[in-house]
Amino acid sequence: MAPSAELRLESVFRRFGEVRALDGVSLAVESGELLTILGPSGSGKTTLLKVVAGFEKPDGGRVLVDGQDITSLPPAKRDIGMVFQNYALFPHLTVRQNVAFPLEMRNVARPEIDKRVGETLALVELAGYDERLPRQLSGGQQQRVALARAIVFNPRLLLLDEPFGALDRKLRETMQLEVRRLQRRLALTTIFITHDQEEALVLSDRIAVMNKGTIQQIATTTEIYERPASGFVADFVGESNIFYGTAGADGVVTLAGGRTLNVARKVPAGKNVGVLVRPERFSNTAINAFEGEVIEAVYLGSSFKIRLKTADDFAVIVRLPARGKLPAVGGRVSVGIEPDEIHVFDV
Amino acid sequence: MSSTSKGFLPAIPALVLLGVFFLYPVIRMLGFSIETGNLDWYAKALGEGLYLQVFWNTFQIAVFVTFFCLLLGYPLGFLIATTTPFWATMGFIFVLLPLWTSVLVRTYAWMVLLGRNGVFNRMLIDAGIVADPLPLLHNLTGVLIGMVHVLLPYMVLPVYGAVKRLDPSIVAAAQGLGASSWRIFWRIYLPLTLNGIFAGSVIVFVLSLGFYITPALLGGGRVMMIAVLIEQQVRETLNWQFAAALSAVLLGFTLAVYALAQRAMRPEAAR
Repeated sequence: MAPSAELRLESVFRRFGEVRALDGVSLAVESGELLTILGPSGSGKTTLLKVVAGFEKPDGGRVLVDGQDITSLPPAKRDIGMVFQNYALFPHLTVRQNVAFPLEMRNVARPEIDKRVGETLALVELAGYDERLPRQLSGGQQQRVALARAIVFNPRLLLLDEPFGALDRKLRETMQLEVRRLQRRLALTTIFITHDQEEALVLSDRIAVMNKGTIQQIATTTEIYERPASGFVADFVGESNIFYGTAGADGVVTLAGGRTLNVARKVPAGKNVGVLVRPERFSNTAINAFEGEVIEAVYLGSSFKIRLKTADDFAVIVRLPARGKLPAVGGRVSVGIEPDEIHVFDV
Repeated sequence: MSSTSKGFLPAIPALVLLGVFFLYPVIRMLGFSIETGNLDWYAKALGEGLYLQVFWNTFQIAVFVTFFCLLLGYPLGFLIATTTPFWATMGFIFVLLPLWTSVLVRTYAWMVLLGRNGVFNRMLIDAGIVADPLPLLHNLTGVLIGMVHVLLPYMVLPVYGAVKRLDPSIVAAAQGLGASSWRIFWRIYLPLTLNGIFAGSVIVFVLSLGFYITPALLGGGRVMMIAVLIEQQVRETLNWQFAAALSAVLLGFTLAVYALAQRAMRPEAAR
């Protein structure tokens, strides 16, 4: 199989009246990579997907696949497989006919169609369901059909538009891993759209976080989680404690109310910065201590999730390994955090 | 049980009204046909070639009207369902306005348009396209034009509904998978709007069977449909018994068509 395509967007704009759905988006997806576009609803991620698929024409900018400009190519000529949010299976066609559809549109010979449909259905573990109609399948099976239909014609790109939203949690996790396995195996360049940051972390090679029509940060999953570029990314991905303050000399950040934090990153003195502390990075160290009253304490199996309120009015979420007794609400707890566990970002 | 009977209560005034002023008189009227104590009038209606010919004519005209309504109504309903909101509204106005206008008025309008000296023939002659006026009125052509016009909305609306119900992402999926507009129509739109086509066809066909005003006026007595024949029996020959028998046959035939259609629809309804 030929290596999968690479995709580039060059400053793509799309406006709907006053709303800038895409406000100069540029990005590159490498061959065989799974890039997740993560963002809240209204961030422009669906518009971005539609521009790539060809359902939406950009007002400006270019879409390139393997260097070829496809900006004005109609969807039918783009050779892009897409799994829709509601799967969009053809309700009047059987599983086999659904999967054969893109091959028939390409005038592939019948024996070849039968062979490839059979192989692809086996690949998504739906062998034996050939003659069922979509309505006779469960949600997970329907999704497998949608996936099979999107990859059977060896598309240049695969687009996944929030495909797991309708599935229950357990099935969702199974399908996520399965899609990832398939995508790796076929080395298929894939763009995955979601508003679910957990899902994004599980699936992606890299994540592009979108907000208000722009890409806030595009980086590997660990980078996004450990070193978010902005308060928005820090807040949107994972649980977080975010504080704002002013950098002083020698890696000290002064927060509101005069509290100081020792941080590892050197920041020019006097600069306003944001500080991110992930709840699970707290420990019982005395450095950067937060001592306060337990407002809420929840047992989560592997960890305790505790809300603290300090005397100087800081509300902090802390996750501690679930050892010993769950701290009582109203009791006092003291935690600290090592300077190199604190992430400082520009504001 | 009690909740079912309670649920009926609000319908009682309407049921009483229908029962007293519609159902009872209709049954009485149909009763004329067996007043003689035998089925002679039915034997005449179904046995004599002349009357069978009228039934056959009616059936044929209904088939033609349904066919032309489908031919014109499907593209129109499809267009209204897929165009921009402005044009959809315009389309609706053009489809619904005639529906709200009296059939009588519309039929007279067609007489003005289609007559030997009518607007249409004048236009053709003035433009030099034909030398003599085309026979468009008081014949089958006139009846078909008038009936198709009157019944078109009954085809357009179900087709519109069926196209509108179709999930747009299904069409988008077909496009994305490489289907041309033509293939999307044949493989996606048409099979998924068959129920709309079917519903529209049944309505138009059934309405055509009992159509009176338009064939009476535009046919000028030369196109005999069953309703026209019944009216003649009542008004001209005062043969109420025979008129009742013909009515009963028409009613039976219409109900049979309807029942067949219901049966054919059922697997569709299971979706």
